[in-house]
Amino acid sequence: MAELTAVREPSPFGVTSRKLGIWMFIVADAATFAALLFAYGYERVANPDWTRPFSFWPSITNGIVMTVVLLTSSLTIIAAVLAAQAGRKTSALRWLGATMLLGALFAALHLREWIVMIGDGWRPFRNPLGGTPLVGATFFSITGLHLLHVVTGVVVIGVIALGYRRGRFEPGHLETVGLYWHFVDLVWMFVFPLVYLMNMR
Amino acid sequence: MAQGKGGRAVTHGAATGHAPAQSFLRRHVFSVDHKVIGRQYLDLALVAVVTGMVLSWIMRFHLGWPETPVPGLGKLAPTGAAGGVITPEFYLALMTMHGTIMVFFVLTTAPFAGFGNFFLPIHVGAEDMAFPRINMTSFWVTLAAFLVLVSAFFVGDGPPLSGWTAYAPLSAVGKDAGPGQGVGQTLWAVSIAMFCVAQLLGSLNFIATTLDLRTRGMSLARLPFATWAWFITSVIGLVAFAVLMPACILLILDRVAGTSFFIPAGLVISDRLQPHAGGSPLLWQHLFWFFGHPEVYIAILPGFGIVSQILPVFARKPLLGPRVFIVCLIAIAFLSYTVWGHHMFLSGMNPVSATLFSVPTLVITIPATIICLLWIGTLYGARLRFTTAALFALGFVSVFVSGGISGFFLAQPSTDIYLHGTYFVVAHFHFVMGVAAMFGIFAGTYFWFPKMFGRMMNETLGKWHFWLTFIGVYCVFMPMHYLGLAGNVRRYSAFTDDYLQPLIPLHRFITIAALFTGAVQLIFLFNLIRSRLRGPVAPANPWEATTLEWSTSSPPPHDNFGGHPPVVTHGPNEFGGVGPQDYVMQAEPR
Repeated sequence: MAELTAVREPSPFGVTSRKLGIWMFIVADAATFAALLFAYGYERVANPDWTRPFSFWPSITNGIVMTVVLLTSSLTIIAAVLAAQAGRKTSALRWLGATMLLGALFAALHLREWIVMIGDGWRPFRNPLGGTPLVGATFFSITGLHLLHVVTGVVVIGVIALGYRRGRFEPGHLETVGLYWHFVDLVWMFVFPLVYLMNMR
Repeated sequence: MAQGKGGRAVTHGAATGHAPAQSFLRRHVFSVDHKVIGRQYLDLALVAVVTGMVLSWIMRFHLGWPETPVPGLGKLAPTGAAGGVITPEFYLALMTMHGTIMVFFVLTTAPFAGFGNFFLPIHVGAEDMAFPRINMTSFWVTLAAFLVLVSAFFVGDGPPLSGWTAYAPLSAVGKDAGPGQGVGQTLWAVSIAMFCVAQLLGSLNFIATTLDLRTRGMSLARLPFATWAWFITSVIGLVAFAVLMPACILLILDRVAGTSFFIPAGLVISDRLQPHAGGSPLLWQHLFWFFGHPEVYIAILPGFGIVSQILPVFARKPLLGPRVFIVCLIAIAFLSYTVWGHHMFLSGMNPVSATLFSVPTLVITIPATIICLLWIGTLYGARLRFTTAALFALGFVSVFVSGGISGFFLAQPSTDIYLHGTYFVVAHFHFVMGVAAMFGIFAGTYFWFPKMFGRMMNETLGKWHFWLTFIGVYCVFMPMHYLGLAGNVRRYSAFTDDYLQPLIPLHRFITIAALFTGAVQLIFLFNLIRSRLRGPVAPANPWEATTLEWSTSSPPPHDNFGGHPPVVTHGPNEFGGVGPQDYVMQAEPR
């Protein structure tokens, strides 16, 4: 590739195609989440009988723990990227493992929350408190899409870690998946206040 | 070599170089070569456009002669058209499929994905797209989406009825809403969601290729105009399709998971109270048109680029105001996201919002008008070479202006409220995005066919094709303006028993013109097939054009430039010099 790259114009952003690609993906994905959050806000305003399902204990507390877990996982993946760029392979792999553990913990806490809510009678089409059924519909669709992103992220980080250990992937791949992971984290920083905190009793 | 942060060398391109594939399947079917993928997109668009056109013929025939059976249709669609006479529901099904197929699988795939895939990497001097495998995925997902959509003809009660816009709650409540609203509508939503994913991947690829894979000397200012247009179109598509996809998923949830995103309470359809509450049909319209209006620019901007590339070649003059053209494209892209509400003036939206959406709608005409003036200014004083490609480019300007003028009336709520539900709108969007984009596709085909297949197309047949089509489309769509002004509502299957009966002769004229224009396309198909097999062998640069695709052989080799990436020294717009050669090619040594 070296002789090919020498004949190219410099990229206006000074980044590889792979990194540019993940940024474009993030732009598109942000539009997707924005559309869902817009739909949520629209339905919330349109329904005067909106009900607030969450109390401080246990739901919001659980959400705060989840937030801390996810934010910490953003720190650990930064550590992994820095270690990889400095050539410390074992350390990078350990940090990647920590990130995957934290991501899995987030998903487990989130699923526990879902199971409790389903046990209480919440469905995408039913509101056990008697208000509009859109509370469940918006909650499950928005957090469901985010959870899907988290689970996908954990799997992809695992694949990247395996390839990195075998020498098939370079630190650039870690950075790319890191960008995705930070984005998933950033989305949660919108989902948590809008879907949880605004719906606290 | 570019330098990244901290002085680390940055290498471009994740594995764009690939060896030519050996097996037949890898070379011609599951190919990662952008040229094969571009041709596959164009083939898909050809199949789709024939399907969509046949559907429109059946509709037109029914509008002209509502009680006459369509020959043979009774056997093809025994429920929708028993004995060959179309039911109102079947008319809506035809309309839905015609619109969906044309907008998504013709006007998006051909000028953007088809020509873009083939020529964007060559224009920037790259050997392939930035992500060849993602590129291949995006084509196959598009094809699968098309098959899912067309399968709606063969399952359940047939295709959906709710139009290419799939307005809720009709599209959301399921089979109570009519034949085709069961399985057919679900297939529609699944197909469009898949299409969104494919086009997102395609847009991402186009952007990365344009920014990161340009050959030495190909600064952004030296990019050919068509590539600028594809690039801007990708930027629009990246956000627009990313919004339509979750909208389709919410629609699917309403249909299969019992949610009520788009369905209000107390809705009684087919004597049955729908078990939904709290949703808003208007929310679907907002999400859909937030995609839908940018989509019309996704359909037409590649045409802008193709015409801006073709006109200077045959006018032998540089395009007037190349930078102004690019600034206008960017302005259109930005404004396209602020105007979606003008599709909703009749929806019961707050009149204040209607005014707010009306203003940017009128503003967006300014860059579009400037671009038209640039084309006309380019032609001023030129000695035109009247090739078929040039004729279609001129035809594009004509039909785009004809369709654009009616846009001024529709942009204003006061006039739109009368015109919106009538054939005036049908005439407007068919001219400005349908026919104009088709003329862009035809211009691109006649212009680039020698490069894509190494053979010239027949010019005599081409000119017949142009003139008959040009006259035909005006005969079809011009009278529709008068139908609309006379109050002829659209989406109705027949006008036999009301005040619109006096307009039926005009409908018959339009039908005959439509059948004629459709038949004329057989000349194009014949020319396409014959030239592919027997056309005279094309030289590398038959039109004396400047851009990089004309520096390589016809058709280009596997890596586009035979292992010698070009070095660009000139802009794409250097025509009209003096001397034996009146143009300078982009890769010509200084």
